[in-house]
Amino acid sequence: MTKKLALIASKGSLDWAYPPFILASTAAALDYEVSLFFTFYGLTLLKKDLSDLKVSPLGNPAMPMPVPMPNFVQMLPGMESMATMMMKQKIASKGVASIDELRSACIEAGVKLIACQMTVDLFDFKKTDFIDEIEIGGAATFFEFAGESDVNLFI
Amino acid sequence: MEFDKELDACNLNCPLPILRCKKGLSEIEATQILKITATDSGSVKDFQAFCKQTGHELLVQDEEDGVFTFYIKKRAN
Repeated sequence: MTKKLALIASKGSLDWAYPPFILASTAAALDYEVSLFFTFYGLTLLKKDLSDLKVSPLGNPAMPMPVPMPNFVQMLPGMESMATMMMKQKIASKGVASIDELRSACIEAGVKLIACQMTVDLFDFKKTDFIDEIEIGGAATFFEFAGESDVNLFI
Repeated sequence: MEFDKELDACNLNCPLPILRCKKGLSEIEATQILKITATDSGSVKDFQAFCKQTGHELLVQDEEDGVFTFYIKKRAN
């Protein structure tokens, strides 16, 4: 019988965009039936344009930095863009997939992408902000497939 | 060893070799053989796990100068 993965994606930064799409695309490759539920900042990952995903060293003491950097330097204007640029360079140089690539792999593999209705309304997003392949649903929609899933994850 | 299709996943990192492999397998017939090369050292365990879970058969795995080669036989329908 086909195994199922249900995953909630709640974060919308460049680094945290990876785990949901890596796990979902891999699960699909392993013949899992996969549904991803995007809520709060995770909704950003469903936008047509993913180029503005950013990573911030602020509030993340575990982020490896080329040189030790105190918090007050990290909050200077431009630091977030610089950290993002460096991360993207690193991603490309290590042969790590882009988020676009992983999301496309998920779509191609038939992974269901569900945007949380409540947070879409909360943030005044429009359906047209998102890629066409999404569905919109609520918590009950999540439990409809999560209740019969073999693996449930919250990211 | 003979194979029906060859795929280069060198310089790609997790999970791309597995995703490419899955795609490659979808392009060959049942019981045909796919040859894949990869440089991701994590791919060794991953290809074993992939085959174990999907029923495809990992015929051979080999390493030479940091390049891993896998021969995978697509499962029968």
